[in-house]
Amino acid sequence: MLQQIIDRRLAGKNKSIGNRERFMRRYKDKIKEAVRRAIDGRGIRDLERGEEVRIPKKDLSEPVFHHGPGGVRDMVHPGNQDYVRGDRIKRPQGGGAAGSGKGQASDQGDGEDDFSFALSKEEFMQVFFEDLALPHLTRTQLAEVPEWKSHRAGYSSDGTPNNLHVVRSLRGAIGRRLAIGSGSRRALAELEAELAIVQAAADAGDVSARQDLLALQDKVQALRARLARIPYLDPIDLRYRNRVKTPVPTSKAVMFCLMDVSGSMDEGRKDLSKRFFILLYLFLTRHYDKIDIVFIRHHTQAQEVDEENFFHARETGGTVVSSALVLMEEVIRARYSPSEWNIYGAQASDGDNWHHDSGRCRELLADKILPLCRYFAYVQVAEEEQNLWEEYTQLAAASRHFAMRKATSPDQIYPVFRDLFKKEGAAEAA
Amino acid sequence: MRGPLPLQQAVQRLAAPSDWSFELINQYHEVIRETAQRYGLDTYPNQLEIITAEQMMDAYASVGMPVNYRHWSYGKEFISTEKNYKRGHMGLAYEIVINSNPCISYLMEENTMPMQALVIAHAAYGHNSFFKGNYLFRMWTDASSIIDYLVYAKRYVAECEERHGLDAVETFLDSCHALQNHGVDRYRRPARKTLAQELAERKDREAHAQQQVNDLWRTLPKRADKAEGPVEVRRFPDEPQENLLYFIEKNAPLLEPWQREIVRIVRKVAQYFYPQRQTQVMNEGWATFWHHRLLNQMYDDGYLADGVMIEWLKSHTNVVYQPKVTDKGYSGFNPYALGFAMYTDIKRICEAPTDEDRQWFPDIAGADWVPTLDAAMRNFKDESFIGQYLSPKLMRDFRLFAIHDDEKQPELEVAAIHDDNGYRRVREALSRQYDLGSREPNIQVWNVNLRGDRSLTLRHFQHNDRPLDDSGQEVLKHVARLWGFGVQLESANTKGDITKRWAVPAPSH
Repeated sequence: MLQQIIDRRLAGKNKSIGNRERFMRRYKDKIKEAVRRAIDGRGIRDLERGEEVRIPKKDLSEPVFHHGPGGVRDMVHPGNQDYVRGDRIKRPQGGGAAGSGKGQASDQGDGEDDFSFALSKEEFMQVFFEDLALPHLTRTQLAEVPEWKSHRAGYSSDGTPNNLHVVRSLRGAIGRRLAIGSGSRRALAELEAELAIVQAAADAGDVSARQDLLALQDKVQALRARLARIPYLDPIDLRYRNRVKTPVPTSKAVMFCLMDVSGSMDEGRKDLSKRFFILLYLFLTRHYDKIDIVFIRHHTQAQEVDEENFFHARETGGTVVSSALVLMEEVIRARYSPSEWNIYGAQASDGDNWHHDSGRCRELLADKILPLCRYFAYVQVAEEEQNLWEEYTQLAAASRHFAMRKATSPDQIYPVFRDLFKKEGAAEAA
Repeated sequence: MRGPLPLQQAVQRLAAPSDWSFELINQYHEVIRETAQRYGLDTYPNQLEIITAEQMMDAYASVGMPVNYRHWSYGKEFISTEKNYKRGHMGLAYEIVINSNPCISYLMEENTMPMQALVIAHAAYGHNSFFKGNYLFRMWTDASSIIDYLVYAKRYVAECEERHGLDAVETFLDSCHALQNHGVDRYRRPARKTLAQELAERKDREAHAQQQVNDLWRTLPKRADKAEGPVEVRRFPDEPQENLLYFIEKNAPLLEPWQREIVRIVRKVAQYFYPQRQTQVMNEGWATFWHHRLLNQMYDDGYLADGVMIEWLKSHTNVVYQPKVTDKGYSGFNPYALGFAMYTDIKRICEAPTDEDRQWFPDIAGADWVPTLDAAMRNFKDESFIGQYLSPKLMRDFRLFAIHDDEKQPELEVAAIHDDNGYRRVREALSRQYDLGSREPNIQVWNVNLRGDRSLTLRHFQHNDRPLDDSGQEVLKHVARLWGFGVQLESANTKGDITKRWAVPAPSH
């Protein structure tokens, strides 16, 4: 009988993917919650990681009818040591779960543990994007690297003729010729030495030497011929310049995060602002190799701080927005020459500003900052329109590099960047 | 037959590298097959499949079947299996074997050659012959059509998801799964059907069932002025019914045809696994006994090298380890250990009976062991197998003792130990421990209020006054979702008094 062994290893391996998707779907709320918390805890730069999600076991249980503790039970156990019939034993703690049989107890018994599982990086970003209501085109744009650059990466033994490296190829040929011919050459040298002696002897009139001479001459001929047959250049000598493609973000950029930290900015608003900054950062990482982030927070005075202080420290007091813009301009002048750096600005505020300052903000932006920037986006994380909003509205009408939006929930953030993404998409299509 | 038939051909030692190859597996399989035939093992044809660890986890997660319908709970299972495996908490089982015809055994790519030989002997000959021979499997499962049925189920559920939405199907499946263990006729034998018959009958069934249900509910309430005489109360169902899912499939008033079909699918799958739940000790013991016997025989014949023996014996020893009750990792009986010990013991009783054995087992003491073992495998389930064959010697070897746990007593009592006075009691207690009827609560359909609010009453018959866990309330919600109206559950003790009630109102439609 012929036996069959079937190799299934290459047949689809992720058969359970559909089940996993259903699982994720069911616990979407929990997962979103975990992602939200993760975004809160992470720095802007290391957003793109997976995340451990914990779900309380009781939320996951699939109930079935089963026996509770109590009643009368007889149980048999192995490994009696010194019990005899009629012995009485204290009831073990935990309601005798030890003996309830086939593992059912352990399934249901310890309800305290959380069920935890790892969200992959892709799944994490998926949830993040979903929250922000990004259009699909943008998602794919964010998910892939647009440009490739070919790099030299050593030499390879095959390639196209235009990549042929002559010096390398010839160097290989010389080596090969040396290696292959060395034995013959050594023999030739010995024979020639011998030949010289025999020749001398023959010239002196030795008859037997003459015969030797002929034989030796034949051998020398043969060796010379063999050496001559070693090819000067062989296909195995050929070396080609090897090039690999690596994804290249075009160059370097600096991103300014400006945020109002006055008393009216509560945690929810800061969280919204953070997502706004993250989105811009994500966009920039797809296009630029090196990205600096400058965090500027302000109330009546502006201050450059690190990320931790930016998001988590609280200040109180009034608000003078222009102070941040002034500082931004100073930082640009001092450290980020516009000829070298692509400058992006992102400003988040609740729209509150000292009354006489808003006009100045508009002027600062229009005259000093916007000419230096590739893009400047403003998001107002509160509903009511105040004078800052009105001033900025004038600006938005006049400038193409300026975008503004009100956002009270994460899905309203994306439109701020719409132009930015649209422009990129168009450029790529062209 | 006192042992294997003689060898037919000259023996050539099998190569024993640790890496397997298809050729080697074929050679080993051929020898194992011959050896099994010499012992007269009757099996379905074998189909060996090589899979990766990930695929093993896939199969694991969907209750060991190669195909199954999609459900989040299998996803959950997969995630936790994967996590444990990655952390190294758990080695994967070396084998999964499917009770189908041909019998499919999975060999994991990571296994070494000796382990593959062990798995082939264990699964493809041990389990396989058990599936083919044991009366419960013969009666309850139809090996030739299960894969087809699951393919059909998967497609049907997917179709329902498309048509009625993921959520509707998911919540409905949740409810069915909650009653999975109550979807089996314990005493009635199901008829066998091929896939073609199943499909043809489905349409009829849908139409017909809907009509039947409507018929049952046609009894319009009588007008008040006419309801004078004593109303004759028709009891429904006439007798209590143990198969809750079947009852719901046939009688729930509001279910759509597709929902009835899903109930049926869950019920069928549960029924397929029903024999496996009742023959854990016997099945695993049988497979373990035979891989042990076959590989040893091959060694004696000169096929196997010493290294191969050492390697499989090492994992064999781990598999049949039985922790003592005082050990830290103790969690009840290891079915492999108990089953292996029992079959080995039966063989011993046949071959070298002591006076005690002659007294306890007059029928088999000194008989031929191969047919005796075969009969033991065919005609029993765990409960009766232990009741019939657990010998005093084994009870002594395992040092078994029975604990009597009465809620009303402050302490546990040692009811019997492995001595002359205790053997029968210990054996009886262990046998009952494997009785599904006492392990799972006995819940039956008691009554349907046909004239009033259409509510369904279930009754729990307590076994030894053991109460139902309060999580029953959650299950009742699922029952109410299936039934469509209110559901009550009464728990009755041994005397017939109701000790506790749960109730769930009709779900909002």
